[in-house]
Parts: sequence; structure tokens; C-alpha cells
Amino acid sequence: MWKTVVRRVVIMIPQLFVLSLLVFILAQFMPGDPYSGAITPETDPARIEELREKAGLNDPWYEQYVRWVGNLVQGELGKSYTFQRSVGDLIGEKATNTLWLSLLSVILLYSIAIPLGILAGRYNNSKLDKSIVLYSFISYAIPTFVLGLLFLYLFGYTLRWFPTVGSVSVGLDPGTLAWYWDKIYHLILPASTFAVLGTTGVIQYLRSEIIDAKSLDYVRTARSKGIPMRKVYSKHIFRNSLLPIAAFLGFTITGLLGGSIIIETIFGYPGMGQLFINAILSRDYSVITALVMLYGFLALLGSLLSDIIMSIVDPRIRIE
Amino acid sequence: MKTTDELLRIKNLHTGFRIKDTYFDAVDNVSLSLRKNEILAIVGESGCGKSTLATSIIGLLDRNKTRIQGEILYKNKNLAEMTEEELNDVRGLDISMIFQDPLSALNPLMRIGDQIEESLIYHTKLTKEQRKERVLELLNQVGINNPERVARQFPHQLSGGMRQRVIIAIAISCKPQIIIADEPTTALDVTIQAQILDLLIDLQNETGAGIILITHDLGVVAEIADRVAVMYAGEIIEVAPVEELFSNPKHPYTRSLFNSIPQMSQENTRLNVIEGIVPSLTNLPREGCRFSSRISWIPEEAHEDNPTLHEISPGHFVRCTCWKHFHFKSDIGGSHHVYAD
Ligand SMILES: Nc1ncnc2c1ncn2[C@@H]1O[C@H](COP(=O)(O)OP(=O)(O)OP(=O)(O)O)[C@@H](O)[C@H]1O
Ligand SMILES: [Mg+2]
Repeated sequence: MWKTVVRRVVIMIPQLFVLSLLVFILAQFMPGDPYSGAITPETDPARIEELREKAGLNDPWYEQYVRWVGNLVQGELGKSYTFQRSVGDLIGEKATNTLWLSLLSVILLYSIAIPLGILAGRYNNSKLDKSIVLYSFISYAIPTFVLGLLFLYLFGYTLRWFPTVGSVSVGLDPGTLAWYWDKIYHLILPASTFAVLGTTGVIQYLRSEIIDAKSLDYVRTARSKGIPMRKVYSKHIFRNSLLPIAAFLGFTITGLLGGSIIIETIFGYPGMGQLFINAILSRDYSVITALVMLYGFLALLGSLLSDIIMSIVDPRIRIE
Repeated sequence: MKTTDELLRIKNLHTGFRIKDTYFDAVDNVSLSLRKNEILAIVGESGCGKSTLATSIIGLLDRNKTRIQGEILYKNKNLAEMTEEELNDVRGLDISMIFQDPLSALNPLMRIGDQIEESLIYHTKLTKEQRKERVLELLNQVGINNPERVARQFPHQLSGGMRQRVIIAIAISCKPQIIIADEPTTALDVTIQAQILDLLIDLQNETGAGIILITHDLGVVAEIADRVAVMYAGEIIEVAPVEELFSNPKHPYTRSLFNSIPQMSQENTRLNVIEGIVPSLTNLPREGCRFSSRISWIPEEAHEDNPTLHEISPGHFVRCTCWKHFHFKSDIGGSHHVYAD
């Protein structure tokens, strides 16, 4: 088990190297540099050149790359030009918001999708199955922004059950129970939108896994033992069908950690997705590169997490 | 044989699969019986319905897609009419099944010990400790040397032969009266095959169970079976005690089956195969002698209109009368070496 994990982590090192190189090269190709925005008709070109020289922007690319990676490793991500703050702090703050949102989304998603998928697969071709499949097709067909706006309009503006913007109300003391509750309160609408839209894949996957499993040889063996059908389902079919879903969890979590640009924008939720889109719109390069790097890292982390989950639940994958 | 020795009697069994809203019988009007301590072999080409017959007995087919008609009498009860719950009291306890492919027949995520223990939980009153003990005893019985270790392992850690031993351990865990083995050795290499068959025979000698053995291997049949039923296109076309069938095969299909065994001693290295293939389920001839299309040189008059099984000597039944008019040259292989009597 630990060997598997260590091996996977070691594999990540060259992957991270390639990723950082790509991000760096992309950043080099982007037009302008941090000082382009500072140029006004009154600025002295020599002064800008001096700043560039001082910041090392005239050094050969590999020196710049090494310096950039060195800073990255030390957690020194540079400074945001629009916010005039350290990129690390900025991302950290948004990341906590997104983390909460992701966590609630995942919990909601799986607690809707797993029971529905199991029911649809267990009783396939029944009325229940057909209505679940219909639901999952509808949720698949609805674009994110439509459902988001619908929820916002219905539960936010019309019924006034939930707040329509932000991550927490102003005027509450951080750390108090009321503050925490208010945060969750703000999360419910965006997280539900996430969850409802994400269920399709999980439901369909689980459903077809279960239907396929019914005719597998080992399920037939289990049936030939004369154990009750509900035991055949719980001990042989469901467990084995949930396996790929469990593995998928890693990807889902890190996918969500990246934040959803659309959902965070619609609900005015100050998370990473929103930060990313704002950074792009305002050409905030240091924020963009840091975020791209982070997203890449999260994707790698997701596959690592999936492999670890897999090696816990599937004995065939453990290395002896 | 005394009738009290009879364990299972199948009468006019039809098992049909639904294909586009029509049921096609893959097992067509089969009648058979199995006695205590007997090994009944069922042979026949691929697709002739052997597995369908075997799985029909303990109702393992998908009820939504199959139709079973006729009687499968066990202890005066008709298994063909039982509900799933009623069948569960028979499966594993009275009748168990061994499947062809040991590599896929065990749950990959469950420890061997737990998989064996499962049927004990529902069919016996043993306590947890007693069950664990019984699992080790069973593993020992099927010739596994380090039962404690194997019980804790997962299927992928065992070889094919070991896995088939485990499957046999599962099958015999509640000392069943009847064991149905569907090609239990096909997926294994030759030396392991012999070991597994020996094991089955040893176990039978201990418990006196009746075994239905489905196989393609006529050598195995000759060696261990007591009686043989030959199936073709869903029907039984010949049944006889093993010596009788091998020394005196009657039906042209049975003869051509024997002719298609590769003979190492013969100079002739050409493999004798039966020409043509078993017709697919939807194209089965449902009238007359089903084999007639593959022995087209036999004139039509030779076949019965509604062929039935005739007892031609004690315990030897043959379907159709076409065998009377023709026989194969026994010295040359090949199904087309036929001449009129
Ligand atoms: N689930 C099913 N649905 C439809 N047709 C089926 C099904 N299972 C088997 N059949 C058909 O029934 C016929 C008999 O199949 P069966 O598996 O019983 O043959 P078999 O004698 O066991 O062959 P083999 O020696 O290859 O195992 C074949 O024509 C097969 O295609
Ligand atoms: Mg078969």
C-alpha cells in the first residue's frame, strides 16, 4: 500500500517538471510583461527598462525559469498587479471558499447519485428506473448557467430562502457558530447546482455497472450458493460496482477544487473560479500563471488520490 | 437400480430464451434422471444446450428472459416451478454447481475464506468459529496445503487450479446430494485437469453424491462417467451406460463425435471434424431428425417424422431410426465415409 503511494508520488515529480516548463513557456508567449501596464505617456522608457533589468526580465529564459521555479517551491508566487497583494495570500483566501463549496458539492452529489444509481440498476427496466434515467438525462441536458439562474431566481429572489450573493454575510464575527452557519447557508444554492448537474455521470455509470454485474460469473457463483438475493446485491454486486465510482472521487474532488467559473460567477461566490476569470480579464499574469500551475497540480493530485482510493478498495492493485 | 436411488428426474424440460418477443427452446423436451453415486456425462458440440440444461436445473437463468417448462423433480418437488426463495433453500445445500471458468467465477474483492463461508451462513446453524473451522477443513479436503493462508487471500493470488479447488470447496461445503459440473476442467492445463477430476471422484466416493458432468473431453467421459447423454441441437439423441455407448454407438451424430477425436496412433494426421455447425437457436429445425441436414447423404425416408428415444437395449436409448439404415466405416475417420447397409 505505502509502496504504491510512494511510487505514485515519485512519478509525479517529472510530471510536475514538465507542467512547470509548459506554464513558464506559455507565460513567456503572453504579450507584455508586468511593467507594460505601468507605461503611460509620462513614463520615461529608460526608467521602465531599469525596472525590467532589476526584475531580471532581461536575463536568459532558463535563468528566469530557474528563479521562477525556485520562488514557486518556496511558496513565493509574486504579487498581483490588480489587487496589489501577494498572490499566495490571494489564492489562499479564495481557495478556502472553494474548498468549502467543493466539499459540500461532493457530499450532495454522491448522496443523490449513489442511491439513485443503485436503485436504477437494481430494478432496471422498472418504472422507477425509467424515471431515474429520465431525471439524469434532464439534468445532463440543462446548461449550468440555466440551472444556476433558475435556482437563483426561484430560491433566492422569489422564495427568498437563500442568499443570492457572497460567501458570508457582513457583520458576523468569524469563528462564531452563527458565522459558520451563515457560510453553509451561502453554500447551499451553488453546491446544489453543482450536485444536480454532476449526478448524471455517476448515476448512469453506476446503473450500467450494476446491470452488467448481474450477469457476471462470480455473481452467478454467489447465486448458486443459495444466499438471499439481497445479500447477492449487497455483498457482490453493489460493492464491486461502486469501485470505479470510488476511484472517480479523486478526480471529482480536485475538479471541483479548481472552482467553477460559471457557478461562482452566477452566485457571486468569491472562489478560485471567479479569481481566475477576473485575473484573465485584467491580465494579471502572476495570478494566472500561479493558478494554471495550481490547476495542473490539482489534476495530478486528483489522479494520485484516485489511485490511492483504488488501492485501498481493490485488493488486486495493492503491491505485495 | 432401485428407484429410491434416483436423485433427480427431469421430464420433458423445455428452456427457451426470449429473442424479439419469441421464445426459442435451447433445451427441447429433455428427459433425464440422475442416481445416487452416479456420474452422468453430458456431451455434445458447442451451443447444443448443455449449459442451458445445467443452469435450468437450479434456476440460475434470468427469469425475465427465459421460460422453463416441464418438470425437474427433486425430492418430489418440481424445481422448475419454485420461486427464487424456495430455490435458495436447494441451491448450495442440496444441489450445487461448479462452473467452467475458475478465473472469473470468484468475487475478486472478497477473501477466499469469506466466499466459502457464505453458503454455510445460510444453510447451517454453525457458529462463527465453527464456520471458520469448517472453511479450513474444506480447503484441506480439496487438497490445499496451507488453508489458513489461502482463506485470507484474494482470488487473484491463486492459480487457476487452486481457484477451481476453491470453487469445488464452495460446492461441497454443505454436502450436496447433487453436483453439477459444467466443464470444470476446460480452462485448466492437462495435469491440473486430472487432479481436479480425481478430487471430484474422491469427494463423490465420500458422500455418494450424484454428479452431472458436462464436458467436451470424451477421454474423460470414458474414464470416469457411468452413463452418457449425447445432446444435439437442444435434444438428447442418445443415452447409454458408458461402455455400451463407446462400444456400440448408434446415432450417426454420436459416431461422428467419436470420429472427431484426434487419434494419435493413426497415420492419418488430418483432424476428422463433423461438417457444418450446430444451427443457431433461431434457425434450429424443429421438426424431424435435427441432424438430418448434416448427413444429407442419408435419404429422407430413413428418418422418423417425429423422432423419439427408443430403448434398443437396457438403458440404451437412441433418437430417430436413421441409424438402422446406415453405419459409418469404422476404420476410416470422417463423417462422409458412409455407405448403405
Ligand atoms: N442468455 C441467452 N440468450 C439467448 N440465447 C442463449 C443464451 N444462452 C445461451 N443461448 C443459446 O442457447 C444455445 C445453447 O447454449 P449453451 O450455452 O447451453 O450451449 P453449450 O452446449 O453449453 O455450449 P458450450 O459447449 O459452448 O458451453 C446456443 O445457441 C446459445 O447461443
Ligand atoms: Mg456451456
